[in-house]
Amino acid sequence: MNKKLVSAVLCGTMVLGAACPVFAGVADGKKIALVGKSAGNAFFEIAAASYKETVEAEGGTVDVVYPEAATADAQIKVLDNLISQDYDAICISANDVNALQAKMEEAMDAGIKVSSFDSAPNSDSRQVFVNQAGTVAVGQALMDAVLDIAGGEGQWAILSATSQAANQNAWIDAMKSIMESDEKYSKLELVEVAYGDDEPQKSIDQTSALLENYPDLKVICAPTTVGIAAAAKYLQDNESTCKLTGLGLPSEMIEYTGADDAHSCPYFYLWDMQGLGKLSAYATIALANEEITGALDETFTAGDLGEYTITTADDGGTEIVLGLPLQFNSDNIEEMAKLY
Amino acid sequence: MEKKSIVKKITGSREALLAVILILLFAVVSVISPSFLTVKSVTDMLKNNAVTMIMSLGMLCVMLVGGIDISIMSTLALSGMSIGMLLKYEYISNTVVAFAIALAIGTACGLLVGLVISRADVPPIIATMGFMYVFRAMGYLVSNGGEWASAAALGSFKDFATTKILGLSCVIWVIILCYVVFFFFMKWTRTGRKIYAVGSNANAAEVSGINVRNIKLLVYMIMGFLAGLGGAIQVSVYASAMPDMQLGGEMDVIAACVIGGVSMSGGRGTVLGALLGSLILATIAKALPLVGIDPLAQNTIKGVLILVVVVANVVLQRVADRSALKGREM
Repeated sequence: MNKKLVSAVLCGTMVLGAACPVFAGVADGKKIALVGKSAGNAFFEIAAASYKETVEAEGGTVDVVYPEAATADAQIKVLDNLISQDYDAICISANDVNALQAKMEEAMDAGIKVSSFDSAPNSDSRQVFVNQAGTVAVGQALMDAVLDIAGGEGQWAILSATSQAANQNAWIDAMKSIMESDEKYSKLELVEVAYGDDEPQKSIDQTSALLENYPDLKVICAPTTVGIAAAAKYLQDNESTCKLTGLGLPSEMIEYTGADDAHSCPYFYLWDMQGLGKLSAYATIALANEEITGALDETFTAGDLGEYTITTADDGGTEIVLGLPLQFNSDNIEEMAKLY
Repeated sequence: MEKKSIVKKITGSREALLAVILILLFAVVSVISPSFLTVKSVTDMLKNNAVTMIMSLGMLCVMLVGGIDISIMSTLALSGMSIGMLLKYEYISNTVVAFAIALAIGTACGLLVGLVISRADVPPIIATMGFMYVFRAMGYLVSNGGEWASAAALGSFKDFATTKILGLSCVIWVIILCYVVFFFFMKWTRTGRKIYAVGSNANAAEVSGINVRNIKLLVYMIMGFLAGLGGAIQVSVYASAMPDMQLGGEMDVIAACVIGGVSMSGGRGTVLGALLGSLILATIAKALPLVGIDPLAQNTIKGVLILVVVVANVVLQRVADRSALKGREM
C-alpha cells in the first residue's frame, strides 16, 4: 500500500517535472565547465561567481576550473580532462589566442558547446565570445566623460599604461576618432598622450609634467587602473583644479571619487564584471540548449538582461557585446568597492 | 700632505665630477622648462624617488663587498603588502607599528638572503634571483592572490607621506636621516670600515681578524632592513599596496649606485656617490616628460643618458688617475 503510494507520488512528480520545465529553469541538468586563466584573479572571480550563480539558478551545475599556471599548456591539460568527462558546455578565458585551437576543435567535435569571455581564443577555437564592452563603447563613454567634466571645452590629456598596451591603444584611437567625428567635441584639445607604464612612480612623474607643461589642463583621462589611482592621489594631494576620469577599480578609487572640489575624480568607468558573468552564463545555456550556434545575427534572451544579438568580432569571429561600461560615482562607489 | 688646487680636487674626485654632471643636468632642464627648479618640483621629485634613494644605500653596502642583490624589490613588495593587508583587515592601525613590522619583515628577508650567501657560499646573483621569486610570490600569497590594499583601506598610515615637519614631507626627512646616518656609519665606525676592507681584499681582511662571513651577512641584512623601509614608504607615498609594486625597480637602484661610482667588483663607492647617483637618475626620470620628449623615446633616452653619465665618469676618472700617477713619478 505504502509502496504504491510512494511510486504514484514519484510518477506524478516525474510527469510534472517533464511537463513543466519552467519550474526547473532553462539550464536544467546541464553540466558546464568554466575555465579561468589562473587562480587568484579577483577580477575574474567576480564574473565567475556571477556566472555560477546564474547557471545554478537555472538548474544547471558549474565547475570552475583553474589551470595550475597562467599558460596555454596548463589550460590544454585542463581541457583534456574536461573533454573526457562529458560536459555539455565549456566556457573559457584563454591564456593564448592560437595555442588552444586543436583542443577546442576536439571539444567541439565531441559535441561540447564552446564559448569564451574575458579573453578570447581565435575565431576557429570558439562558437561565440562574450565581450565586456566594445572598443568604441569604451571610447564613447570616456570621451563623453571628458566633455562633461571639462564643461564642453578646454585642454585635456591622456595618461596611458605602456605605449605597446593593445587595449589602451585601441581605446585611445577610438577616443581620437570619436573626437574628430562629432562637432560637439571640437572645443576640446587633446594636448598629449603620456605613458606611465602602469608604475605609480612613473605615472606621477608624467602627471606632474602634464600639469606643469599645461597649466590650463582641465581633464586627464587615464584608461588604466594603476595610472588613474596614482594620478588621482597626486591631483588630490596638490588640490589641483585639473580633474580626472578613466577606467579604474572602485576599491582603489574610493578616496578620490566625488563630485565636489575636495575629490579629484568626479566619476570613472569599468566593466560590469557581474553583468559579464551573467550574460556569459546565459550565452552558454543558449548554446547548450541549441537555441543558438554562435552564428552571426542569431538572437537569444539573457534572463532579465534582455535580448542580445550576435555580432561580428574584430578578429573575424562572432561575439556578444555586453554594452556600455559601468559608471562609478559618489552614489554607488561605496557599495561597488566591496566587490572590486 | 700638500693642499690640492680646486681644479685638481674636482678632476680628482669622482663625487665632484658627478656633482658637476648633476648641476649641468639641472641647468639644462631648467632652461628648457623653468618650472623644474621650484621648491615644489624638487620636493615632489625627492618624494617620488624616496624608495630608490633609500635603497641605494643598502645596495652600496652590498656592492662594496662585491655582491649584488636583485631580490630587494620582492622584499619591498612582501613587507609593503604585509602591512597593507594588516591595515586593510584592521589588525593594526598604528603607523609606528606598521613601520616596525615592515622593517622586521625586510630584515628577516635580508637575514635569509645573507645566510644563504655567506654560509652556503652561493653566488649572490643566483641566491638573490631565487629569493626574488620566493619573496615576490609570498607577496602575492599575502595579498590573497592579487588584492590591493587601497587608499581607503590604509587609514591614517598614508598620512605619513603627506604630513610635513618644518615644511618638509616626513618622507624627505626619512631620506635625509638615512643619508646622515649612513654617512657617519660608513666613514667613521669600525663596522663601516670593515665593509670597505672586506670589499677591497677579502683575504687580507680575513687575515687581519675581520669575520668576513659576518660582514657579508650584515650587508644583506642592512639591505633587507632598507627594503622593508622602502616597502613602508612606497605604500605610504602611493597610498596603495599591490603585490607587483616596483617590479623591475631593482635595476634603478643598481643603476643609481653604478652612476654614483660604486664599483661592481667591490671596495669602491661612497655614500655621497650613492646620493648623487640616485639624484641624477631621479632628475632624468622627472625631466624627460617635462622637456617634451616623445613618450615613445623616453626610455631609450633614459638608457642612453645613464650610459653617457657612467662612461663620462669612468673616462674622467681614468684621466684623473693617470695625472695623479704622473705627479707621483716626478
